[in-house]
Amino acid sequence: MAWSKKDILDMESLSVEEISTILDVATGMKEISERPIKKVPTLRGKTVVLFFHEPSTRTRVSFDIAAKRLSADVIAISAGTSSLVKGETLIDTARNLQAMKPDILVIRHGSSGVPSMLAGKIAASVINAGDGTHAHPTQALLDMMTVMERKGNLNGLKIAIVGDIAHSRVARSNIVGFSRMGAKIRLAGPPTMMPRGIESLGCCVTDVMDDAIADADVVMMLRIQKERQGNPLIPSEREYAKRYGLTLQRLKKAKPDAIIMHPGPMNRGVEIAPDVADGPHAVILDQVTNGVALRMALLFLLSGGGRDADAH
Amino acid sequence: MRTLIKNGTVIDPGHIHEIADILIEGSIVTRIDKHADMGRLTAPDTTESRIQPDHVIDAAGLWVVPGLMDMHVHLREPGEEYKETIASGISAAAAGGFTRICCMPNTRPVNDNRQITEFIIHESQKLASVRVLPVAAISKNLEGIEICEYGELMDAGAVALSDDGRPLVDSLLMRRALEYSKSMGLRIISHCEEPTLAKGVMNEGPAATAKGLSGIPNAAESIMVMRDIALSELTGVPVHIAHVSALESIRAIRDAKARGVSVTAETAPHYFTLTDTDVAAYDTHAKMNPPLRSEKDRDAVCQGLVDGTIDVIASDHAPHSRLEKEVAFDAAAFGIIGLETSLALSLRLVIKKVLTIEQLITKMALNPARILGLPCGISQGLSADLTIIDPDMPHVYSAETGFSKSRNTPFDGWKFTGRSVYTIVGGKIIFNL
Repeated sequence: MAWSKKDILDMESLSVEEISTILDVATGMKEISERPIKKVPTLRGKTVVLFFHEPSTRTRVSFDIAAKRLSADVIAISAGTSSLVKGETLIDTARNLQAMKPDILVIRHGSSGVPSMLAGKIAASVINAGDGTHAHPTQALLDMMTVMERKGNLNGLKIAIVGDIAHSRVARSNIVGFSRMGAKIRLAGPPTMMPRGIESLGCCVTDVMDDAIADADVVMMLRIQKERQGNPLIPSEREYAKRYGLTLQRLKKAKPDAIIMHPGPMNRGVEIAPDVADGPHAVILDQVTNGVALRMALLFLLSGGGRDADAH
Repeated sequence: MRTLIKNGTVIDPGHIHEIADILIEGSIVTRIDKHADMGRLTAPDTTESRIQPDHVIDAAGLWVVPGLMDMHVHLREPGEEYKETIASGISAAAAGGFTRICCMPNTRPVNDNRQITEFIIHESQKLASVRVLPVAAISKNLEGIEICEYGELMDAGAVALSDDGRPLVDSLLMRRALEYSKSMGLRIISHCEEPTLAKGVMNEGPAATAKGLSGIPNAAESIMVMRDIALSELTGVPVHIAHVSALESIRAIRDAKARGVSVTAETAPHYFTLTDTDVAAYDTHAKMNPPLRSEKDRDAVCQGLVDGTIDVIASDHAPHSRLEKEVAFDAAAFGIIGLETSLALSLRLVIKKVLTIEQLITKMALNPARILGLPCGISQGLSADLTIIDPDMPHVYSAETGFSKSRNTPFDGWKFTGRSVYTIVGGKIIFNL
């Protein structure tokens, strides 16, 4: 299909066809990272601004590598080095960024909705690299890519997502994305970590871990935020690990060929036992590898690559 | 100066609802001639020929009602004049059909002392327009620690007490405020919000969850409504609940009224007009406190208006500039402007036959005055504070061309039927279309 979307803001706004296109293109991109010279000229002359208004290493580096492997010029603006934003309105921020004439703006922001608000005001394509507790579409897409590689398709798969759903943009984007592709999502976590009305995104909810992972094809563990102080949602990590940590024993409830995913960074011994994280079911590093290819695919499609590809 | 308002449908609920001529001499209504009594068909202009007015308003087809009163307005002066001034707020009120507005004390400095109360009254009286009635703070600097000098504030002209914008968390202080204000007869207006539960930016539920925004549950409001009802029962002192939005609050107020507790309540037009799914994602012009609720809550607000549980419609006019609104949703200020849309939005309830026009006028003109112990109505000898409404006039509201200094409203561009065409205070036309 010809690519026509300007921005990647959330999973809700991507159709099944668009998701399939992204995953196909991403699969094709993987090979570039295996070459001795990991660079193609596709985005030569294009400017990609990485605007990270919240700390991030993994996602920022992944976008940085992706853009550079496509020969784009990459400018990183992080919260610490930016005088943008302090005391200015979002319109001001948008105008300032637009004035630099970027082709693609990759934005990470601590407040939900900021990428959408900026996207409506600037000409450049916007990729949401995570906003507040709203969405993290590139993470969901790389997760879908990783599952596709292992399972061949997404339709009908049973996917368990376990942990602090309330504060997880990764969970929201995965619920919407996987359910759109026909997978069945079950969430598990203590009720204090389950946001009201999450079922409306297309999933069912339990507070019993074993019920969620029973017969699952995919078990996705979320990071427990140790830094979430002042508003503790659980009495202790010890009790959390006991009730919701993924151990080899618990994993037996899932399908024998189940895969284990984690968006990182992991708290070994809390949400995931070390022997599970390092065991044969884990695809956690594949997720990271695929993240680069997936982001290359998005940069390619948003900078007009989709139209060229269609013409060939 | 004699002004004759002729041929209008005069509606003062419980008193008159028929075509009549009203004569204003100076600032006072001096005659109300019902056409039915005068044999209008044979002598249509009898009044006019007899008394030779200086000015005649032909109100044929229009409603002539007691001057509307908005008992919940933020004027921002002193301190935040870039958002609204007393003068700009008054202009917006006059255009919206209001002859009286109560302004909340959360200015900078806070209206917790005689000087600020007197300043507001003085500044507004200079303009000789809408009557501005200051609401003073319950607690010093709205800090919820010590009560203010209510006697002084009453003497200066304050008409009620509220820490609006902030809940009064300390229940003992709320009790003391109720008890101490009793001798002054100043009504306590309570902003009900349990702060530990209210750490959110929109209504809790599927819409907030999908947008990744933190939610404010109904219980954050209703818990404190129930507390204030209990304290009103304990002390025997009336309490007025501001901006009611939640079904559970309305139930609690209804039950309290049924057992004779002296509790009154207001809601704002946005709570009977919009829900948390009606507005575009991350539109900070739909961010207010309490938040837009669910369909069930909106229905409950309408039902509360119909059955009298909710006594008053007030706008909670809360101007904010672009600096506070063109930012991330969770960082944006709470509040929307409402003086120029309140009547039009409320008239929609009459058009949809949810409320009768009498009920509407009762809630927008009479009840606010009665709750605060002020005169109201259209009667011979009373001040000529009148609003004339054209119930059929189509219009489109534009925030850009509005009178308020701020533009923070979700109703920009809305099409309405019915609006005020004359606003008259003390016999003087302060606004006409």
